[in-house]
Formats: sequence, structure tokens, C-alpha cells
Amino acid sequence: MKFLAARRRQPVVALAMLLFALVAVGGGYAAVGTVRPAEAAGAASSQTQVEMGKQLYLQGCSSCHSLQSQGSTRAPTLIGVGAAAVDFQVSTGRMPLAAPGVQAVPGPRQYNEEQTAALAAYIASLAPGPAIPNAEQVDFASADVAEGGVLFRVNCQQCHQAAGQGGALTQGKYAPSLMDSTPTQMYEAMITGPESMPIFSDATLPEENKKAIMAYVDYLQNASDPGGLSLGRLGPVTEGLFLWTAVFGALIAVAVWIGIKAR
Amino acid sequence: MTDISTSSEHDHGENAPAKLGYSPVADIPHRPRVADTDPKAARRAERQVASMFMLSMLLVVLFFVAYVAIDKSATVYIPVFGVVGAMNIALGFTMGAAIFLIGAGAIQWAKKLMPDVEVVQERHDLSSPTAAKNEAAANYERGKEESGFARFKIIRRTLIGAMVLFPIPLIVMLRDLWVSPPGNPSPSELLATTLWADGIRVVTDATYLPIRPEDIPVGGLVSAAPADLMEVQELEGNLDARGKAAIILVRMDPSEIVSQQGDGWDIQGILAYSKICTHVGCPIALYEQRTHHILCPCHQSTFDLADSGQVVFGPAARRMPQLPIGVDAEGYIVAKAPFAEPVGPSFWERG
Repeated sequence: MKFLAARRRQPVVALAMLLFALVAVGGGYAAVGTVRPAEAAGAASSQTQVEMGKQLYLQGCSSCHSLQSQGSTRAPTLIGVGAAAVDFQVSTGRMPLAAPGVQAVPGPRQYNEEQTAALAAYIASLAPGPAIPNAEQVDFASADVAEGGVLFRVNCQQCHQAAGQGGALTQGKYAPSLMDSTPTQMYEAMITGPESMPIFSDATLPEENKKAIMAYVDYLQNASDPGGLSLGRLGPVTEGLFLWTAVFGALIAVAVWIGIKAR
Repeated sequence: MTDISTSSEHDHGENAPAKLGYSPVADIPHRPRVADTDPKAARRAERQVASMFMLSMLLVVLFFVAYVAIDKSATVYIPVFGVVGAMNIALGFTMGAAIFLIGAGAIQWAKKLMPDVEVVQERHDLSSPTAAKNEAAANYERGKEESGFARFKIIRRTLIGAMVLFPIPLIVMLRDLWVSPPGNPSPSELLATTLWADGIRVVTDATYLPIRPEDIPVGGLVSAAPADLMEVQELEGNLDARGKAAIILVRMDPSEIVSQQGDGWDIQGILAYSKICTHVGCPIALYEQRTHHILCPCHQSTFDLADSGQVVFGPAARRMPQLPIGVDAEGYIVAKAPFAEPVGPSFWERG
């Protein structure tokens, strides 16, 4: 010990200590980082992940949702919204909000998967709420597309339009297009009811029905347009507009050509 | 009148126009075209027109080639249009372009090579010559005299009577376009009678699951129907019952409910409202869970479900009817009474 004590102030020791600290922190961080989001969302959500989520929350979210997540005049409370709501809002890029407006606008996501999982774990640790659906819950491979179409028309198309293209609500609010939605995001939206959207609980719209709806939206997302221009799949309105402007414009151009005197 | 007389005088006074009916106009200066003066340009125009017609022929041949050679299910990418059926686009393009080129060639021919001297074509006088008019009048008078239409008063009157009566049955049959149900109820009575009655269970639309109050979270929305809908629909064989009985269930925090159409018509914040707009009857479920507004996509009527379904915007003139609901012995949501107000469109109130 005397040997160590005698040399502990040497510069090389400081260097060694620094190296050791760096390896420890880096290694520890890597170990935390390799925790898969699916596992993290489960009951074994590690304390470190919640800690990390809390840090991210305090830096990025607390200015509006307040330090204790109880909400403020600017933002709603996050107590009890669950991991699903966080994952939906953050993975679609709606949160953090770029600017206040009638509703959050989706965009490029600001937090990567690991950070999103950490935020979700932190919010879920505050109070119980809907969890992020697991892979089995969003596996619609064996779901009935036709049944999904019926359910979509009963429950979804009033706002999201029959072909999932989205539509207008009141006072500048709108239901977004579903063309880029993932099954997980659809499930989360149905069980958490983001913003204006009502909640479609598992009791009144059971999991198989949700899978059927996902299968139908997936079909819409991949549907081809054998006739060519889909014109937003809005039907007679855009088709009529196209006819009255482009087609009639071409006819008028031909009529003008007929009328011009030859030189 | 004066116009006609002067023109007929004009007709008489002058030599009739040439047999063809038109003559060159002197006061519009004729400017010769390039093809009129330059034989080379004329040849070029001729070749242009002929090549359009030939191209048209070629496209018809290509039509048959495409019809035979292209696989029905083959697709092709075309910029702007996207991925489309190859045969579809080939057939459409060849046929469309072929007929367009026939027309374009004809126009080009007329514009470049056919004579382009401005001419005037005199119109014939529209009124008949006096002799013909007199003859027609005389024929009419003779017919009247010989038939005795003026003389046989009784025949004349009965004929007029028969002619007036005959179309009336056709008009009467129009009322059968709408078949009145037994008892001859008015539209408002028909719309006030739905399948909902005391004790009828509320089930989810399309899946027919009974619903417990705890199944609907705050902020939740359920499109629902009466449990006996399918049986009734099978018996009656029409969709009227479904159209009239469609409802939505929404749940809000009981403290957010400003007013209801009846005392205790909710279950702990769960409210049931008709799904049919009171303006012209579109089904509506565009429910915004934060504002508790429901918006009709047809004409933007907006109803506040937290405040007795009152109209807050748009052309609807009548609030959304509310259905009183309760819970049965097994804990499922049931209707406590029929609708108190007619559901659906209000045309009968405005006529």
C-alpha cells in the first residue's frame, strides 16, 4: 500500500484513473444501450432506463409538461397516459412540439428508438397506462382484410376518409393521412386517442378487430392504381377538378389551334 | 316586322344570289398564305397532312399489335401517371391518337390548302311566301267547316273534357313513388319511431358485441346499434331500421357535461346520441374527444355533445337527439326509453 500511496500523485496514475473511469462509464452506457426497447417496455424495465428517460424528459419535455409531468396551461398532464402515448407522439415526430398550433404536426423524429423507449419507460413509471403493443399484438398477417374494411368504414373512415387519406375536422384541425402509419402507431393511436381522436378500447374493438383494421390500412398503403393518377384517391372532387382544368384546357387549346388562321 | 318586310323587298328588288348561295366578300382584304404563293410550301403542307393520316393508320396497326402482344396483367411505369396497366394504356393511346390525327390532318388540310377566301352566305327569308300562308289559312278554315267543329257544340265540349281528364291519372300515380306505411304516418312520426325501446341492449356496430360501461374509457367513442337490429332487418328486408337506429356512445368526464336532454340520461359520463345529422341525414361520427364536438362532413354542421347536442355551427337547425341509457341486470348498457325526438333529417319541419 505504501508503494501505491507513494506514487498516487504521479501524472501517469491520473491518466490511468481517467482511462478506467472512461471505460467504466462507456461500458456501462453501452450495456444500458443494448437493452432492446421491447424488453425495456416489459415489466423488467430497468431503473437506469427510467433514469435516462427522466433526464431526457427534464431536458426536452418539462418546459411545457412541467417538472412533475402534471401538465400546465400549455400542455396536458402525462400522468397515466402510458408508454403507448409517448411512443406514438415521439415516434411520429409530433412531440417535442415544434411550435404551438391547432394540433401537433408529424415530422422527422427527434429522439431515436432508445431515447423514445427511455422516455416511454419514465412516463409509464409515473402511473399505469396503456403499454406499447408487443410484436404479437400488431401481427396482422392472418387478419381478415375484408372484415377490416367493414370495421374501418364503421369506426375510422368518418375522419380518416374511406381510403385512409385523412380529412378536415373543425377549426383547422384535421385527421392525418394513414399512408405512412406503422401497425404499432395505429394500435397506439386507437388505445390512447391522441389529440382530437377518440379512444377505441380493446373491449369495444377487440384485438382481432384492430388487426383486421391494420390489415386493411396495410392493403390501402400498398394498393396500386391500375387507372393511373390516383388524384389523392379522393374520388369525384379531384377527378372533376382534373377534368375541368386539365382535360377542358387541352380541348380549348385544340379549339384555339383550329381557329388560328394559317400563315 | 319591318326587318322582314325590308328583307323581302330586298330579295325581290335584287338578283337572287348565285346558286351556290355564297359570294366573295369584297371589303375583307384577302392575304394569301405561304402555301398559296410558294408551291414548295404547298407540297410541304400536303406531305404534312398525308403523314398525319399515315401515322393514324400506323397507330391502328399498333393497336392490334398491342391487343395481341401485351399481357393483360403487365404493368408499366409512366412518369406522373405512376404504375398503370400496360395494355390499357397502349390501347387507349393508339386509338385516341389515331382518331386525333385524322381530325388534326383534316384541320391542317383545311387551314393550309383549301381555299380561305372569306365569303358571305345569304340566308333565305324565314317567313313563308304570302301565297303559301293564305293557302294554309284557307285549308284550316275549310277543315273547320267540313268537320263541323264549330257546329257540333256537344262534340267539341266532350272532346275537350276527355282531353283534360286523360292526363290526370298519370299525375295521381306520382304519389305512389312514396309508399305510405299502414296508418299513414307523417315523416316526423316515421323518424320518431326507431328500434330503440326500454331494455334494448346497445351493441357495437358491425360486430354486435354487448357493451359494459367500463368498456368505454373517458375519451372513448363507439358506433353502436340495437341488439335486435339483424332480426328486424331480416324480417322487414330493408335498411330503414339500421339508418334510423344508428347511435354513437361517447364518454367524457361527468364534470364536463354542461347539460343533457333529460335528467340522468347518461351512465357516469357515457352519453348516447343519434348518429344521423339533423340537417339532411348524413351519418356522422367525427367526434373530437377534446372539444366534445361532432362534425358532419356533408355541410359542416357541428354539435356539442357535452351540451345537449346543441348546434354550434352549420346549417342544422335542430339539436342531435339523445338516447337515455342505463345498465341491465347483467351489467350491459341498454336503452331506457325510445328517442324522445325524431331522428334524422328535418325536411318535414321546414316544408
